[in-house]
Amino acid sequence: MSPGPNPDYCEHFNALGEQLPGAGSAWVNHARRMALAQFDQQGFPSPRDEDWRYTNVSAIEKKRFKPLITSGDAAADADWLNRYRLTDAWSLVFVDGRFSARLSDIHDLPEDVTVQAMSAALANPPAAVEAEFGRVVGQTSRHGFVSFNTAFFTDGVLLHVPADTVLSRPVQIIHVASQPEAATNLRNLVILECGAQAALVETHLSMESAGSLAVSITEAVIRERAQLDGYLLHGASQRAFRFGGFYVDVGTAGHFTHTNLSLGGLLVRNEIHVDLAESGQCALDGLFVGQGRRHVDSHTRVRHRGAHGTSRENYRGVLSDRSRGVFQGRIVVEPQAQKTDAQMNNRNLLLSDEAEIDTKPQLEIHADDVKCAHGVAVGQLDPESIFYLESRGVDPVSARNMLTFAFANTLVDGISLAGFRDIAQDALLALFPEAGIRKDWL
Amino acid sequence: MMLDIENLHARVEDKPILQGIDLQVSPGEVHAIMGPNGSGKSTLSHVLAGRSGYGVTGGTVTYRGQNLLDMAPEERAREGVFLAFQYPVEIPGVSNIYLLKAALNAQRKHRGESEVDAMDFLRLVKEKIRSLDLDEQFLYRGVNEGFSGGEKKRNEILQMAILEPKLCILDETDSGLDIDALKVVADGVNALRTAERSFILVTHYQRLLDYIKPDFVHVLAQGRIVKSGDASLALELEKKGYGWIEQEMAAVA
Repeated sequence: MSPGPNPDYCEHFNALGEQLPGAGSAWVNHARRMALAQFDQQGFPSPRDEDWRYTNVSAIEKKRFKPLITSGDAAADADWLNRYRLTDAWSLVFVDGRFSARLSDIHDLPEDVTVQAMSAALANPPAAVEAEFGRVVGQTSRHGFVSFNTAFFTDGVLLHVPADTVLSRPVQIIHVASQPEAATNLRNLVILECGAQAALVETHLSMESAGSLAVSITEAVIRERAQLDGYLLHGASQRAFRFGGFYVDVGTAGHFTHTNLSLGGLLVRNEIHVDLAESGQCALDGLFVGQGRRHVDSHTRVRHRGAHGTSRENYRGVLSDRSRGVFQGRIVVEPQAQKTDAQMNNRNLLLSDEAEIDTKPQLEIHADDVKCAHGVAVGQLDPESIFYLESRGVDPVSARNMLTFAFANTLVDGISLAGFRDIAQDALLALFPEAGIRKDWL
Repeated sequence: MMLDIENLHARVEDKPILQGIDLQVSPGEVHAIMGPNGSGKSTLSHVLAGRSGYGVTGGTVTYRGQNLLDMAPEERAREGVFLAFQYPVEIPGVSNIYLLKAALNAQRKHRGESEVDAMDFLRLVKEKIRSLDLDEQFLYRGVNEGFSGGEKKRNEILQMAILEPKLCILDETDSGLDIDALKVVADGVNALRTAERSFILVTHYQRLLDYIKPDFVHVLAQGRIVKSGDASLALELEKKGYGWIEQEMAAVA
C-alpha cells in the first residue's frame, strides 16, 4: 500500500487485519481493503466539502485515535449500564466496539429472526448480508468516516426479520466507550423483509472523561410495507467524539421513523439519510443540546424517489454557553416522485450570546405536483412566558429553566416507546440539574 | 385594606399611560374597571402583577400593608396576588398539572408549609376541574397547548381556584368568550367569592358584569379614574357608550 496521508491507519490495519470480523471471508476482506484505500486517499472530511462546511473535524484527524481490538468489558459496570437499559428488550452491549455476551441478552428470539453480533454473523455470513452490506450507505455517503468504519469495524449488530413478522420487543444496541484515545467502529445491518416490523434503539455512552472517537454506521433495508422505528440516544461524556450514520432504504409503502437525541459528546455529527420508494413514509425527529463547548451537527437527507411519499422532519436545538449547533436538512424530490408531501421544521433556542446555530434547510424539487414546506426558527426564551410563570409564583431562574426544559421536552414527550421515553427524560433532566424539574411531577 | 392605590403614574417607554390612579379595595369587594381601548386598564393590571417594561413614575401601591411595587412578581404571587391573563401563554413540554403543582408548592414553601401531598393534590384538582367543566385530560396536556380561547380562560380560573389568592385581578377575562363559556368562567369566579377575597375585574364590556355582580364600577379614561359608582354605572355605560364620559371630561377641562 502506498504511503498516503494516513500511514498510521494503514499500519494499524496491517496489524489488526487478521483479527477483524469476517477475516475469513473474501468479500469482507475486499470491502475492507477497498475502504482503506479510499480512506487513505480522502482522510476525514474537510470543511471544503459543502456537506461539512459547518463542522470541522480536523481535531479528529490530529488526534489520530487508535483503532482498538481489545475490549474493556470488565470495566463496564452493569449497574451503571442498567440505567440506560430498556427493561423489556433484546439487548446487545458492546464495549469499545466489541460484543459483550456477559452484558447482553438475546435469549428467546422468535424463530427465523436473526439478532446477532456482526462478529458472529460474519464468521459464516448469510447471503443476504453479502448482498446488502455497504449498498445503502454507498448510495448516499462516501466520505472518510464511512470508509474508515468499513475498514475498521470490529463488531455491530445484524438484525434480520422475515416477512410479515412483527418483533414483540425492541432490539437495543448499547455501546460504551471505556478507553481514552481509542477509535471504535460499529457496523450494523438491519433487514426487514416485506411487511416486517421492528424497533431498534441505539444508546451510545462513554465512561472515560478522556476523549475517544466512536464511529457507528447503520444500514437499514426496509422492504415493501415493512416498518422500522429507530431511536438514538447519544449521551457520551463531554470529551467524546462521535460520528454516527444511519442510512435507510425504504421500499414501496414502507415506513421509517427515527428519533435522534443528541445529548452528549464534544464533537458530534449524526447523519440520517433516507431513500423513499413509492408511498414510502418517514418521520425524523431530533433534539440536540449544546452546552459548554460542544459542537453538535445533525445532517438529514430525505430522497423521495417514488410517487406519493410522505416525509416529516422536526428537529430542535438548545444551545447555551459557547456551544455550536448545526442542522442541515435536505429534501430531494426526484422527477418521478409526484404527489410527494414533505415537511421539515427546525426550531432552535439560543441561550447565550456566545452560542451559535447554523441551520440550513434545502429543498431540491424536480417534480411539479408536490407539497413541500420547510420552516426554521432561531430565538430566545419568550419574556411573556417567563412573566406568566413568575405571576404563578415561580422564581425567574426556575422559570427560565422550566421553559428551556419544556422546549426540549416536547420532543421527548412525543416518543411513543414508553421505556425509551423514560430513559431519555432522565438523560435530559441530568443535563438541566439546575432546572429543579421534578420528575415525579411530570 | 386589601389594596390601596394612591396617585399611581406609570409609563411605557416614553408614553405616560397611568396618570394618577386612586383606588381602594377592601377585603371581599369586587371592583370592575371599565374604559375604552387605550385608557390604561390592562396597564394597571400588569403594573399590579409586576410585569417588566412599565416605568412607575409616581404614586404608591400598598397591598395588605406592604409596598407592592417593591415586590418581585413571584413574591406578589406567593403573597396572594393573582393575575388572570387576557392572553394566557402556551407552554408545550410542561403539563398543566405540573405548573399547578409547582405554583402551589412555591406558595406553600413561601409560607413555610410542606409540599402538598400528591394524592390530596390530585383530589383537589379533579374536584376543581369538574366544576369548571374541563376534561381531566387537560391536566396532562402542555400548559394551554392547543386550548381554545374559552379553555384557556377556564384554565386561568382553575389556577386561581387551586392557588386561592387573596386578590384576583382578571384582565379582560371575558374577551373572546361565547355566552356559555362566559357563564362557566363567571360561575368559577363567583364560587371563589368570600368575605376576605377581593377581585378587580378589568373589562371593556358590561356583559361580564351580568354574571359577576360588582360592588363598585370605575371608569378609566386617559389614565385616570374619572367616574365611580355602583353596578348601575356599568349599565349606563352599556347604554350610552364611553363617549359621554369623554365629553363630560372635556367640559370640566
